Amino acid sequence: MAEAMGFFTDTTVCIGCKACEVACKEWNQLPAENGGVRELSGDSYDNTRKLDGIHWRHVRFIEQFKGPYDGRWLMMSDVCKHCVQAGCLEVCPTGAIVRTQFDTVVIQSDVCNGCRACIAACPFGVIDINPVSGTAQKCTLCYDRLQVGLEPACSKACPTDSIQFGAIAELRTRAEKRVAQLKSQGVAAELYGADPGGPLGGLNSFYLLVDKPEVYGLPRHPELPTTNLAKSGGLSVASAAVLGLLAIVGLRKRRMDEQSRGGGGNV
Amino acid sequence: MSDTFFSGAPHWAWLIILYFFVGGIAGGGSLLAAIVDWFGAPEDRPVARTGYNVAAVGAIISGALLTIDLGRPLRFWHMLFQSANFPTLMFKGWSPISFGAWGIFLFGLFSVLTALGGMAEEGRLHNPALRAVGGAVRGTLAKVVGGVAGLLGLFIAGYTGVLLSVTNRPIWADGPWLGALFLASGVSTGAATLILLAPGRGATEQSLARLSAFDTKALVVELLVLVLFVASLGAVNRVWLSFWGLVLLVGVGFGILAPLRMHAQRRSLAGAARLVLLGGFLLRLATIFASEGIERYRVAAGM
Repeated sequence: MAEAMGFFTDTTVCIGCKACEVACKEWNQLPAENGGVRELSGDSYDNTRKLDGIHWRHVRFIEQFKGPYDGRWLMMSDVCKHCVQAGCLEVCPTGAIVRTQFDTVVIQSDVCNGCRACIAACPFGVIDINPVSGTAQKCTLCYDRLQVGLEPACSKACPTDSIQFGAIAELRTRAEKRVAQLKSQGVAAELYGADPGGPLGGLNSFYLLVDKPEVYGLPRHPELPTTNLAKSGGLSVASAAVLGLLAIVGLRKRRMDEQSRGGGGNV
Repeated sequence: MSDTFFSGAPHWAWLIILYFFVGGIAGGGSLLAAIVDWFGAPEDRPVARTGYNVAAVGAIISGALLTIDLGRPLRFWHMLFQSANFPTLMFKGWSPISFGAWGIFLFGLFSVLTALGGMAEEGRLHNPALRAVGGAVRGTLAKVVGGVAGLLGLFIAGYTGVLLSVTNRPIWADGPWLGALFLASGVSTGAATLILLAPGRGATEQSLARLSAFDTKALVVELLVLVLFVASLGAVNRVWLSFWGLVLLVGVGFGILAPLRMHAQRRSLAGAARLVLLGGFLLRLATIFASEGIERYRVAAGM
């Protein structure tokens, strides 16, 4: 397996230009409209609002203003996290979602049958159906470009290096230095998803944030969907046992009652 | 805020709700048919035959609903076989949607076999091939095949709730009780369906009374599990302050409490059974759409 590759997104230098969104759409030939419907919000610079089957990159605009001159903009270019333990890959019933030699997570569109289990399994709301293919789609971390030694289109296009592409180990070192630098300047910077011992075994697309993860639309403790499997399955089995026993015992008892009333023989 | 609020909705809507409802009835009907077959009296046999028929028809409808709902329906077989390495099997024991696909396939197979056996027993099969298959499923073999169909039915009735729990969606993944709840509801709606259909196949008053007595117990279990389910959601319960909360309330009132009262007062079995079916449908409707609807708030909030 080749070295694990990914993104480090430093949100403090994102200027919200959306060059990454455009580069992603252009390289991956993603449509502007969702099944013929224009879904631009029209009420914010954040026109596309979310990641989905036709938006594999999304620049999030967060306005934190108490008054006209008292506040700040937070911007973050969001993308699939290429989780080390990926919920989508775990539940996919067709084997369409695979882990590549770069430790990234890719949906094979020719295998996916559009059951949408991966959409509900992803804790970040990254995946959705692409109306053109009828299959689930998301960022591939430009798997086609990686295979020929090119960097992903979004990070290539990013004019401020907010999106940095590289080997995960190297990106982590770079990210920690940047956090130390910001902290020395009094900025409350934290890394999200950089810890390999953290949730989901770490994220191969991790972030530098200056506010709580929830502010950026990121869950604080993302979990694998199968965390619930044993408990939910166990309770179902217990409930099945109770109902089965109630049915058998009830049936036998009633028959015995009827037979004793009628003076019948053995049950 | 629960971490589940950051996930995306899978757009599981009417077809999936119908599948959960029909699959629950088919699974519950199959289980009861098998129990009646194994532990009941000879006069209960029409109930068993009806249950196996409900299971077979329900399994076929379930498969069709699931296939139509896919983004690429012609690739439904990708869930059973590896598309690139056919005929290597595709199976993930830790993915409910994967083992559920196999469950539906096997449930369909066994329930159709038992239904054919029952129809052959009644002399209702005119096609020679079907009559040959149905005729072979009799005696001990019929009981064994019916028993397997009953166990698979129990699985089908419950795995749909487990499937929802094994996601990252609000409500569904916020508590572990959905599998148990759907199972109890599947069994109660299965019993209700048999109460409505079995008289047409010659079921006696005694058989129906036994079914009704069991349905009462299943409804009590369902109500208890529903309370535990709601309690397990904690702060997420605020999502019920919506239209779907009202639907759930109507479902509980008309679909569980009213039939329990009717059973206690020994009023119309058929009327109570119809209400149980309504309640089972509303339970699934509210559970699915309450979570699906959160997508709009997520998008509106720029999440």
